[in-house]
Amino acid sequence: MSNIYKAFENGKAFIPFILCGDPDIETTAGCIVEMEKAGASMIELEIPFSDATAEGPVIMECSIRALEKGITTDKIFEMVKSLREEKNVKIPFVFMTYANVVFSYGIERFCKRASELGVEGLILADVPYEEKDEFDGICKENGIDLISMITPTSCERTPMIVSSASGMIYIGTSFDSNGVEDAIKTEIPKLCASVREVADIPCVTGFGISTPEQAAEAAKSADGILCGTGIIELIAKYKEDAPAHIGDYVKSMVSAIK
Amino acid sequence: MADSKGRFGIHGGQYIPETLMNAVNELEVAYNRYKDDPEFNRELKDLLDNYAGRPSILYYAEKMTKDLGGAKIYLKREDLNHTGSHKINNVLGQALLAKKMGKTRLIAETGAGQHGVATATAAALLGMECVIFMGKVDTERQALNVYRMKLLGADVVSVTTGTATLKDAVNACMGEWTTRLDDTHYCLGSVMGPHPFPTIVRDFQAVISRESRAQILEAEGRLPDYVLACCGGGSNAIGSFYHYINDEGVGLIGCEAAGRGIDTFETAATINTGKLGIFHGMKSYFCQDEYGQIAPVYSISAGLDYPGIGPEHAMLHDSGRAQYVAVTDDEAVDAFEYLSRMEGIIPAIESAHAVAYAKKLAPTLDKDKIMIVTISGRGDKDCAAIARYRGEEIYE
Repeated sequence: MSNIYKAFENGKAFIPFILCGDPDIETTAGCIVEMEKAGASMIELEIPFSDATAEGPVIMECSIRALEKGITTDKIFEMVKSLREEKNVKIPFVFMTYANVVFSYGIERFCKRASELGVEGLILADVPYEEKDEFDGICKENGIDLISMITPTSCERTPMIVSSASGMIYIGTSFDSNGVEDAIKTEIPKLCASVREVADIPCVTGFGISTPEQAAEAAKSADGILCGTGIIELIAKYKEDAPAHIGDYVKSMVSAIK
Repeated sequence: MADSKGRFGIHGGQYIPETLMNAVNELEVAYNRYKDDPEFNRELKDLLDNYAGRPSILYYAEKMTKDLGGAKIYLKREDLNHTGSHKINNVLGQALLAKKMGKTRLIAETGAGQHGVATATAAALLGMECVIFMGKVDTERQALNVYRMKLLGADVVSVTTGTATLKDAVNACMGEWTTRLDDTHYCLGSVMGPHPFPTIVRDFQAVISRESRAQILEAEGRLPDYVLACCGGGSNAIGSFYHYINDEGVGLIGCEAAGRGIDTFETAATINTGKLGIFHGMKSYFCQDEYGQIAPVYSISAGLDYPGIGPEHAMLHDSGRAQYVAVTDDEAVDAFEYLSRMEGIIPAIESAHAVAYAKKLAPTLDKDKIMIVTISGRGDKDCAAIARYRGEEIYE
């Protein structure tokens, strides 16, 4: 078992997302330091993949940009290592990426390295319940939780997924045209309730959430708010100067959900 | 323990986001319900025979045989199908299945445009909405097919993300499917993707070898020594191989696109240059870098310009049952011109990859050997690009 549960010990968790290496790895590291200072509970680090098929065009473009600049899995491990050793960063990390990134690195080698660096969880966007065994056993041996996802299309699959889940559940809302507000008010509470019927496990959500108001509303039903959109917008706007602006934003989100 | 479905040896599976799991499960249930249903099969056979023009002929290429001076060469003429390629076999099956499932809209990826044209055709025939996703690079090199799809009533979306080719069109299709599962069927064009697609597409394409087996037995009274087909994702190849897999004496050869050569980065020869990985819903071989990032592949043929190969081919490669060879752009273009002049048949540049290897292999074999080469499509769509390759500008 990992230490993910600790992120939820002091009330609602705010979990900012960052795509490693965009615009460069130094900026990513700078943002992580500021996120911790501003009171984030955990940070989701995406290891870019050439074909981020489960995410929208914005993440796909950021990923390709980061890869073109030479980011690699090893460079991301190096960054985490130096944050731990030189910057005294203690905040738990969850990695988000795609099956092939971990598979090609060697599942065992990847999990071992991640575990040594205090990475608590792994989200693999293209590994559903049916394929999780290949990764899950090795994750568990290394004290890493392989995070499961529930979406509005999960329906009768929910009990099966939740009963074998560990760490936390990622509540993914649909990208449809009804908009974020609608999803926060209707879908997220419904999905969180469907998870809690099966097990007592923290539910985090966040697709598309960017404002403190949205975060506050979503936190009425979810245990944690995972925020990507707002961070990506800040990084796109300020580029290498983003760390200076990330802190205030994270603070506003943290206080909105407490 | 979870049960991983749709395995071919260690390959295949369902590596897709949770958002798509219900869609593939629904498709699997529907396919199992209809695949042996007499009424469904009667309707499909009627479409294949009376609309697509099946069976396709098995043609003895006498001039080519004499010219090469070795094995007797037969061509399985999928280029004579309605819409000009083997793609229609799968599309009619899937469109009919989608209709039975109550879907009203078809989406599909396309590389060379052949699968897009076939899907747009089936949608027009069956009164369904149709959206085709095509990499921007491919829309430029296959402009004629873009026009054909629009003429048939389809919307064509030009995909600009990533390398703007076939793999990115697949990405866009998967994304689109996630947002509209209710009324939309993703009519995947090759034996790839998550289960059940590799099985469904193979079953619908297996008509190629079902026919050719009966045809060669009729013509020669025995099975062929070799079956050759070009292989990108691998739908015409698996269709050409399928009914011979248990006939040990029949050599199965898939011809991959080497692009500018397998020792360059400008290649799409997956078995020859790729390694085991997980992408587009399946475990198989992929062109990728040491960190698992999918490589930007290249081939003169838009239809073979794909960084992966179907999981059943990966298994046939592992077991040694099939052999996968690499054919360069140059060799394919030579074969394109050769077959045009020798037999009066202009093959698709994809199919020309198989013709190119046949040209190499046939002279090394005795005259009593027999080979079948699948001509997966017609080459009209490629004329402008081949002219350009030879330094001649023509206007379509």
